[in-house]
Amino acid sequence: MTALLKSRELILALILAIAVAAIGAYDSVFVQWQNISDMLTETSVLFMMALAQMVVILTRGIDLSVAANLALSGFVAALVSQYYPDVPLVLMIATGVAVGLLLGMINGGLIAILGIPPIVVTLGTLAVYRGMIIILAGGDQVNASEMGVEFQAFPKQAFLGLTTPIWIAIGVTILFWLFLNLTRTGRGFYAVGGNPVAARYCGISQGWQEFLAYSIAGAVSGLCGYLWVARYGVAYSEIASGYELTVIAACVIGGVSIGGGVGTVAGTVLGALFLGIVNTALPVLQISPFWQMAIAGAVILAAVVINARAERRPDKLILPEARRLGRTSRAMRRAGT
Amino acid sequence: MNAPVTQESQDRYTVLDRPPWRLRDALLRWEVILVILLVLTVVVNSLVSDVFLDVYNLADATSNFSEMAIIALAMALLILVRDIDLSVAAIVALASMSIGYAAAAGWSPAMLFVVGIGVGLLCGAFNGALVTWFRLPSIVVTIGTMSLFRGLTQVILGDQALTKYPQPFLDLGQNYFIQMTETSVPWLFVPPVPLSFLIFLILAVVFGIVLHTTAVGRKLFAIGSNPIAARFSGIPVDRLRFFLFVLSGIMSGLAGALLTARLGSMRSNIAIGWELDIVTMVILGGVSIAGGVGSILGVFLAVLVLGLVRFGMSINNIPGQVVSVYIGALLIAVISIPRIFEKLRGWRAGR
Repeated sequence: MTALLKSRELILALILAIAVAAIGAYDSVFVQWQNISDMLTETSVLFMMALAQMVVILTRGIDLSVAANLALSGFVAALVSQYYPDVPLVLMIATGVAVGLLLGMINGGLIAILGIPPIVVTLGTLAVYRGMIIILAGGDQVNASEMGVEFQAFPKQAFLGLTTPIWIAIGVTILFWLFLNLTRTGRGFYAVGGNPVAARYCGISQGWQEFLAYSIAGAVSGLCGYLWVARYGVAYSEIASGYELTVIAACVIGGVSIGGGVGTVAGTVLGALFLGIVNTALPVLQISPFWQMAIAGAVILAAVVINARAERRPDKLILPEARRLGRTSRAMRRAGT
Repeated sequence: MNAPVTQESQDRYTVLDRPPWRLRDALLRWEVILVILLVLTVVVNSLVSDVFLDVYNLADATSNFSEMAIIALAMALLILVRDIDLSVAAIVALASMSIGYAAAAGWSPAMLFVVGIGVGLLCGAFNGALVTWFRLPSIVVTIGTMSLFRGLTQVILGDQALTKYPQPFLDLGQNYFIQMTETSVPWLFVPPVPLSFLIFLILAVVFGIVLHTTAVGRKLFAIGSNPIAARFSGIPVDRLRFFLFVLSGIMSGLAGALLTARLGSMRSNIAIGWELDIVTMVILGGVSIAGGVGSILGVFLAVLVLGLVRFGMSINNIPGQVVSVYIGALLIAVISIPRIFEKLRGWRAGR
């Protein structure tokens, strides 16, 4: 029970539930299904981007180029829709994902093969990717009228009461959970970030794990690029400007340690949800939207202070089983056996 | 006494203060690469455009990057000790807003600078306290304070702009501080210098002297190379890191004052995205993100290279974001080329 209460995810979930209940009590509009659905649709991109960023941060890295990647791959998808309107929608989305994956692999290659610090590489590619949009388009933008009808309609469709972006976010979240918890490669991210030397002795390739992490971040950015462009109906060089820091903020609030090796899918999803709720709650509470950024900043600082206290355990864990085993043996020791 | 160490007198137990001087090492220094880049930039630009080498144009170009460069000096020290401050641009915004309100209240130009620097100092102290007292990673703290400081500016200012400043204050930012003075010799003259560039030059010299010739400077290198060993050697690691965050805040406040004087107006999005440009300057200057390696001369040269590349491209009507592509590519190329050579050498030696 105490272990359950100490769980960071549970505390965060409780805070969120109390906040939602309080805002709902103030104005019931906030807890109406339409508002919740809008909020989730709006936040779906952040869920996926934050999960991908978490994988990168787990390996002690950081990817500042995700928002630029999102803008560029979304732009390419929009161009395909504009110039080849007959191409099936699946292929247009696949184009966005493929472009994102390629850009992510460039990051991963530079980091894993040449050993350049991730912050340096992604700072450079951030500028390159965003500028490429201007070079590709000569400064033009792709407007809603130039994109295909189906291209734009897809993210607005609802299925079993939820919009397609929410379904995609749910699917991606489940995939991430399965991958990070049940596969050897997934646990490898925790191993490389928790203790690179020990991981090396276990035969886990740091370079391969890093390459994979940035490639995943790239592919997810590509998918989100399509969703972003299609949903807002405009593609140009400034979309999602500065979004990389929001994504990192969601991870930090969700308890992902910037030092690597610590972070859960549930925590990150809750971190992203927190930011989503703050953004939707402000208009309901009739607070100026200008407060949004200041509140996000204060929450990040509070989260990181709390996380730092919680993180003062000596062990970082690679296997979920090890945590359970450790808990039992500690309990047995306490019981005096 | 200090006889030069020859090959004979150097037995295997002698530990040299520094490795023996070799021409190859000297030529492969980061600063030399930067000088070559700088010369290339100047030559290419002056061949492409005949207005590039105009003294007035160059003087105006310096005012476009001097404010950032002033912050880059403090950022270099922070990165040297393995920290980073991503909140600098937000501090610029907060300082600039305070200056705007103080100006509206009728404060004198000197007091406006004091206000800017004071706000910067407080913000920097807040960062430093969070990082050193709570032992938090500086990248996360300053992402948080970046949102907080910029957010406060947005909350207070909304979508307003502050545009009322005393004329003497604006003159400081918009006129040359040192006027063009020609002598009878055609190539001997005093160029026009904007105040921000003059301050940058003076600060660069001061930072260079402190970092490379004083005990404090050596301590910063020690912290960057190995913070734990530095602490065990009696270096007040946390106090120095705290001080560096305060310094970064002060420089951001000063830059905010200079920028406000130059623009003559401010909105809540002033200096947005500067933090990444400044980090680019420092990294291109050869300061290692892993800490313990770097020089002020390198940062100074990188500032000039980036500033002149940007200026050269802008007089050829290349849009800003396309310039960013070249600068991003330049950053990655300059960092990767030595590593590729290293890999190749290791690969050849391994065979």
